[in-house]
Amino acid sequence: MRTPKSRLPIRNLLASFPKQFILIIFSILSIYPVYYMAVTAFKTRPDWLHNQFGLPNPFTFQNITDALIKGQIPLWFGNSLIVTVASLVITTSVSALAAYAIARFRFPGRTFYFNMMIALMVIPPAVLILPLFVLMVNINLINKLPSVIIIYSGLLIPFSVYLLVSFFRSLPPELFDAAAIDGCNNLDMFWRISLPLSTPALVTLIVVNALFVWNELLIALVFLQDQNHKTLMPGLTLFKGHFTVNEPLIMAGTLIATIPMILLYLFGQRLFVEGLVAGAVK
Amino acid sequence: MLYKKMSTRTGITFRKIEPFLYLAPATILIVLIFLYPIIDIIRTSLLQNNPNGIKTIGITNYRLVFQDPVFWQALGNNGKLLLSVPILTVLSLMVAILLFEHVRGWVVYRGIIFMPYVLAIPVVGMTFVYLLGLNGIINTLLRGAGLAFLAQDWLGSIKWVLPSLSVVIIYREMGFGVVLFLARLMSLEKEILEAAEIDGANFWQKHIYVTLPQLSGVIEFFIVVELITMLSWVFAYVFTMTGGGPGFASTVMEFYIWKHAFAFRSPGIASALAVVLLMVTTVLIILQLRLRRRFLDESV
Repeated sequence: MRTPKSRLPIRNLLASFPKQFILIIFSILSIYPVYYMAVTAFKTRPDWLHNQFGLPNPFTFQNITDALIKGQIPLWFGNSLIVTVASLVITTSVSALAAYAIARFRFPGRTFYFNMMIALMVIPPAVLILPLFVLMVNINLINKLPSVIIIYSGLLIPFSVYLLVSFFRSLPPELFDAAAIDGCNNLDMFWRISLPLSTPALVTLIVVNALFVWNELLIALVFLQDQNHKTLMPGLTLFKGHFTVNEPLIMAGTLIATIPMILLYLFGQRLFVEGLVAGAVK
Repeated sequence: MLYKKMSTRTGITFRKIEPFLYLAPATILIVLIFLYPIIDIIRTSLLQNNPNGIKTIGITNYRLVFQDPVFWQALGNNGKLLLSVPILTVLSLMVAILLFEHVRGWVVYRGIIFMPYVLAIPVVGMTFVYLLGLNGIINTLLRGAGLAFLAQDWLGSIKWVLPSLSVVIIYREMGFGVVLFLARLMSLEKEILEAAEIDGANFWQKHIYVTLPQLSGVIEFFIVVELITMLSWVFAYVFTMTGGGPGFASTVMEFYIWKHAFAFRSPGIASALAVVLLMVTTVLIILQLRLRRRFLDESV
């Protein structure tokens, strides 16, 4: 709405043409791999061999049904769902409490604690997996979903605390003063003021963290080696190993794995954008 | 009277320990998932097996690591991946500025260009294996354009495997950059840009002299985030696309640590490698602290 120079519409149109052109090129590049995955998933293998890049001819649902029946994709899908939901519940509640303490209290070590969170965001998971593996073997959690749930919950805390601290601190202090006069204790204020007023921040945090957990490979690969306890991403790499010679079937598997995130994205694009941008832009 | 005194006293002590109660659950997880492993990996890296079966403290693991040409290659490969950060940044900036110019349909473009960032890396990787294969779209287009001599096995060539991986990483990370820069652009004060336009600045002058300087903070932020990504988060690309090969041409530190820990079953070497990677990332921790804190009030 901020282009008042409509005196020369044709000139404007011409001027915007190179921009449109560049953006169209980038859009095609962005969408092409998804297009390829989707069309391949609905092709027969002979069709794929002769017609790799076009639309399916004939169109078949066989790969989708095969992927659902032949492999263990539904099982892995369920495992991913359990792991994602459990990790998010733990990490969000634990981080919200910690962020509340940092944002609302003055105590010795507060700055140190907060700086430690920022520093821990940089630690590569590859550094942590070996000691954690030994630990999980010792407490008999290898090949069990709680192992990865605990690890994801911990890994997500630094970013979650960072994001929530910056949000909690932006809440008006007058609200808390008024609540204190009305006899609220600190835990009441957490429940009745900080959390409800932070719903947008919490939702974006959950969306961004869900994206991380659902898509994570390395940890799931190391801690869930048993076929029946895999999550979707390491499961897919195994699935690929089993059906190397059937490309459309593999793409059907990846398509099934991608659908939840695409749906989440289509319905909550704003949340993704806000969540990823939060903390970086002011 | 006595009762009242006691209650205030317990009240004061409770107020003192209250924040620590809120911090306790997070702290337990942080200790378990971050601090304990970091201490343990340093300890393991310093243990060496002696011929008599007794483990002693020593630097054998580090000596073996520093004598290992593959270690240097893996570290170098991470270094080469870092080189794609400037390209990634410039491309993201360019697209963000174009979107900011409010061309028709910019919301749709933004939605499409951001989408790859939502895709799982293994899914992206497995799809690009076909696209970059001998008969993939790249080679088919090259042959169609009469450039068949350029067509090759992009992921199977020692020379091209890292640039190809970089392209795929740029493909996915660009969505993040564009959205980040665009969000910052939209928060700029429009008067300054309009003033530049009125003064007759053209597209390039306007953005190079007016827009970019105001974006320096967020550009710096994005570069640090992406440097971290290239060092700490590329395992899934390598695992699903190349398996570290051909040879060790696409082996990165994360992948090599994983190999030593779980395929070669040499925990000592894996630990020493992990400590080296940790040291490298420490440099980034300092950058990260500087940057992130700037976005919050100084009083925290």
